[in-house]
Amino acid sequence: MSELTYFPGCSLKDNAKRFEDTAFFVMERLEMPLRELETWNCCGTVYSLTADDLMHHVASVRNFVRTQETGSEELVTLCAMCYNTLSRVAGRINADEEERTKINAFMDREPDYEGTIRVRHVLQVLRDSVGWERLAEGATRPLFGLKVAAYYGCTLVRPRETGIDDMERPTVMADALEAVGAEPVVFPFEAECCGTYQIVDEPHLALEQSERILQSAALAGADVVVTACPLCQHNLEQAAESLAADVEEIRDIKVVYFTELLAAALGADEGSMTPVVRELITSRVTAEGGA
Amino acid sequence: MADEKLTQIYIMGKAYDVPVGVTIMDAMEYAGYRFIRGAGCRSGFCGACGTVYRKAGEYRLEFVLACQEMVEEGMHLTQLPFTPAPRSDYVLNELDPRENVLLQHYPEIARCVSCNTCTKACPQEIEVMDYIQAALRGDVAKVAELSFDCIACGLCAMRCPADIKHYHVGQMGRRLHSIANSPMPDHLTERIAQLEGGTFDNEMNALAGASLDDLKTKYAERVIEKAVTEEVTT
Repeated sequence: MSELTYFPGCSLKDNAKRFEDTAFFVMERLEMPLRELETWNCCGTVYSLTADDLMHHVASVRNFVRTQETGSEELVTLCAMCYNTLSRVAGRINADEEERTKINAFMDREPDYEGTIRVRHVLQVLRDSVGWERLAEGATRPLFGLKVAAYYGCTLVRPRETGIDDMERPTVMADALEAVGAEPVVFPFEAECCGTYQIVDEPHLALEQSERILQSAALAGADVVVTACPLCQHNLEQAAESLAADVEEIRDIKVVYFTELLAAALGADEGSMTPVVRELITSRVTAEGGA
Repeated sequence: MADEKLTQIYIMGKAYDVPVGVTIMDAMEYAGYRFIRGAGCRSGFCGACGTVYRKAGEYRLEFVLACQEMVEEGMHLTQLPFTPAPRSDYVLNELDPRENVLLQHYPEIARCVSCNTCTKACPQEIEVMDYIQAALRGDVAKVAELSFDCIACGLCAMRCPADIKHYHVGQMGRRLHSIANSPMPDHLTERIAQLEGGTFDNEMNALAGASLDDLKTKYAERVIEKAVTEEVTT
């Protein structure tokens, strides 16, 4: 059993707790349990694009220093935005000794960052370290008959340098769900933006974006849209709620984290599921594969 | 006095010869400063005497309590006895600690860039940034644990580039932790019942009606920590 050093991020401890709980269950079952960094800070939230703005990379680098202290060479995350920020900072600061020196000089009373930490998303771990075969073997409650739309959004697959899959036609999340018996649908809005933080100041912009994504998934026949990002999840849920009453095709579509479905497939107790997941399992999953 | 060893320090830029081996606070008084504010318990607990200094030849500023730090040759110093930081108003029992109340009351904690300057400014050696990060994700138990030794000197807030009011956040976190995770202590419930039942009314009225001379006598003859002294002597 090999443990993974895990960075949760703030949302996973707050409104996305079920994302974390179900991921813990899944990785425990697959004998690669997530061990949370004892002390960690915000990843920095958004990767700063200003060329000389090293200050805004310090947050991520501090987490790398703390990862170093555990003896691990890798930091594993779940939140797509944390993954984006952490992996881009690692990509930049690991490759640039001069910038690393500057940041270390600023953190003058803390241990230096050595520039060796690699950042991976749990989906990469599932694909590259666990493998679809082993995942399929663990599925004691296969999700036969459940039609899923794997929604990636922006931050998991962009930019190319740190994206976990093809940025236009990603398959990793759909592959994971297919491995446990679900039936992925093809829909063209899988890597469109959900509207992100516009939900705060210009909610109609974010909702319009999210509505399009939901409609596209619903037209493709999906029972459920799965996400890997607390903000995408929030926006899609909001859109589903505001649309449910007046747009027929999306009336029944659900939005859940991909780990909620994987946990269900890997035998999670029904009592631990949200009502939404329980309903999907009881009303949509069939006994036999087919289709 | 003639044999006393002296050392030179700079208080707000002006040079003074002060005795070796005394605290910054004693040195300032020796130099002629009289504290009206900026001094309290003189024992490192009240947080009133926050002080900034720089050693000769150093570029870095250090943050201490004037009553706890000894003077050193060539030290440049000034006091920062008060921090004009706003404090959020709230009625504790009306709050739901399960929600992220700290972020609602102190939204500026989301501006933290993890620079750790607050931690370096803390004379109590508290992991200040770590408890602000815990506050950001609503972990009041962690905030309470990490900020427990805070004496509210305010130096963290004075240094923060994001204008976070750390010590107020810590205090609110400890209060939320007490209502969220700690049972109501029995002795407090009993004492509240006694107060409300009027057990101490006569005693209180007698004090309120006493003459100034009576009060002075009572004060002079008061027993401090009776229970503890009895335990120690028996």
